[in-house]
Amino acid sequence: MKKKETVFVMGVLLAVLIGAIILDALLPSYHIAIKVVKKAVVYSLVAVSMNLLNGFTGLFSLGQAGFMLLGAYSYAVLCIPVAKRAGVYQQYNGGIVQFSLPEIFSGLLGDKIGTVFGMLVALLIGGILAAVFAYLIGLPVLRLKSDYLAIATLGFAEILRAFFQWRTLGPVTNGSNLLKNYPDFSGATGYIILGGALIAVIVLLVNSTYGRAFIAIRDDEIAAEAMGINLAHHKRLAFVISSFFAGVGGGMLAMYMGAVQALSFKSSMTYEILLIVVIGGIGSITGSILTSFLYIASVEWLLRGLDSGKFLGINAPAVFKNGFRMAIVSVIIMVVVLFFRKGIMGDKELPDLLRRRAKKGGSAQ
Amino acid sequence: MQGLLPYIINGISVGGQYALIAIGYTLVYGILRLINFAHGDVFMVAGLVMVYSTTAMPMYLALPLVLIVTSLLGFVIERAAYKPLRTAPRMSLMISAIGVSYLIQNLAFYITGGLPQPVKNSIPWISDTITIFGASTKRVTVVTPILTIILVFALVALIKKTKVGMAMRAVAKDFQTAQLMGIRINSVISVTFVIGSFLAAVGSMLYFTNYPTVAITSGAMPGLKAFVAAVFGGIGSIPGAVVGAFLIGLCEELIKGAGYSTFSDAFTFALLIVVLCVKPTGLFGEKVTDKV
Repeated sequence: MKKKETVFVMGVLLAVLIGAIILDALLPSYHIAIKVVKKAVVYSLVAVSMNLLNGFTGLFSLGQAGFMLLGAYSYAVLCIPVAKRAGVYQQYNGGIVQFSLPEIFSGLLGDKIGTVFGMLVALLIGGILAAVFAYLIGLPVLRLKSDYLAIATLGFAEILRAFFQWRTLGPVTNGSNLLKNYPDFSGATGYIILGGALIAVIVLLVNSTYGRAFIAIRDDEIAAEAMGINLAHHKRLAFVISSFFAGVGGGMLAMYMGAVQALSFKSSMTYEILLIVVIGGIGSITGSILTSFLYIASVEWLLRGLDSGKFLGINAPAVFKNGFRMAIVSVIIMVVVLFFRKGIMGDKELPDLLRRRAKKGGSAQ
Repeated sequence: MQGLLPYIINGISVGGQYALIAIGYTLVYGILRLINFAHGDVFMVAGLVMVYSTTAMPMYLALPLVLIVTSLLGFVIERAAYKPLRTAPRMSLMISAIGVSYLIQNLAFYITGGLPQPVKNSIPWISDTITIFGASTKRVTVVTPILTIILVFALVALIKKTKVGMAMRAVAKDFQTAQLMGIRINSVISVTFVIGSFLAAVGSMLYFTNYPTVAITSGAMPGLKAFVAAVFGGIGSIPGAVVGAFLIGLCEELIKGAGYSTFSDAFTFALLIVVLCVKPTGLFGEKVTDKV
């Protein structure tokens, strides 16, 4: 049984990878399908990182956008080519950061490998920065109970956003102006491999002793403490790890978007990701990933017609005007939140699907 | 001193507007233990309704309409999104509130076409310009704190003296026992939401008199700040919310006056984190202990 499940999961992962490679080979990189895959991978990673905290550890945190902001800015600041810095930091004389990690590493390791390696290092630094901030903010904030924690983390994200727009930090963050011209992976395959590897690390973590401790804390704090789990230590660990992945996810989002601005990392971004986690099922990694793909694909691509007058052959420009798509999506979200509280997957994962099917087959015989 | 005066006057006025929103948060939290994330958006909808109704009909019809529509919206939100989750864990309730906020914003985007709606016909008399102590400002700046205080006293009288108020206090004290004593929980909760939304509507009319436009996101920030005010004053306590709101409004405007307007929002949230860590029950809050 165990072996069968492993084979099944590996098969699905391989199919996804091959699908991405085929997609890259057939379609040009600006095609909407590739963009959807890229963005969905980023959202999957951030949603899974939020699920680790909100779903598995039971800490209701709403600071995700702030940690993503840290990751996004680290990536952008470290990766803009030196030659283009004067153009980006127009108001700050080219800024004070006068190096670019992809360029440094391409000098050391050869052009292609070096660039990719430099980008990965920049993402990693973004993640570590987010983790350090999470550690510091976690010291006071993690002692708070459910809804107070939510508001405090939300407030922290807003404070960060204000700091990044501050003119005095302008030589590094470019104030409230855009950061752009940094490199990106050209196809969807890079995103799938990187995102997949990071999510795999989270899955391994959830299945480790630490993961079990997190789940115990979620189910009953007092009982978990009685069983010898150090609450403060494990909560901090979950918070720091989740923020690390949110930071890396933020860096990847910056990569995808091609230009970042502190203004776009508002609390509504956190809400969006939270709702993805809820629809996928709080406590299901598979659910978060599936919903991310579903949500991004419908919002960015499949439901476009709802905004531009024509959908499924129905032509009604008076109803299908700008904003109708999101109105429909949010009604669906409310229906799920109110009436299907378990979401798409409940707390089941990919292997559980196989098990249930096998059981059904067994009872039929 | 002369240079500071306009900021102090503005701060008191903004504080009054925050106070009217903060009461909605604090009443709902006192009873349901729910941070009503949609409250800021109710405030925004009141602003939009004001813009639309004042262009379509005379002022004496339009303003009552704003109050009625907003109160009704609060009622409908409670019935549709929070009542089905009465027995669910608190986290589901909070998620539902976030979902409602998302829904209202997206619906408002659809209806307005995503464009900020200009406040063309501002309310007469209170939008006139006046001069106090050599600082020129709109009359609304002076009216707001006075109106706020009057409304707060009326509300306190309602809660202390009437039967509904007694029921509200009982439900806030102990949900289940109140139910056993024959109090109709659902109607009490509805009344709470209607009062909260009504005050938010009043706050909204005063607030948007000072602003040229109503955008779909313009409810989010005042909403969050009013919530911070409610926490600062001790959530569940009405005097606490009012005092907290005036203090926050004042500090914010003074920070703007000192030339750090980027940080006026950040200050509010920093204050929140400090209060939560040092005295989580706020200025006037009751102490609650966890039972196993």
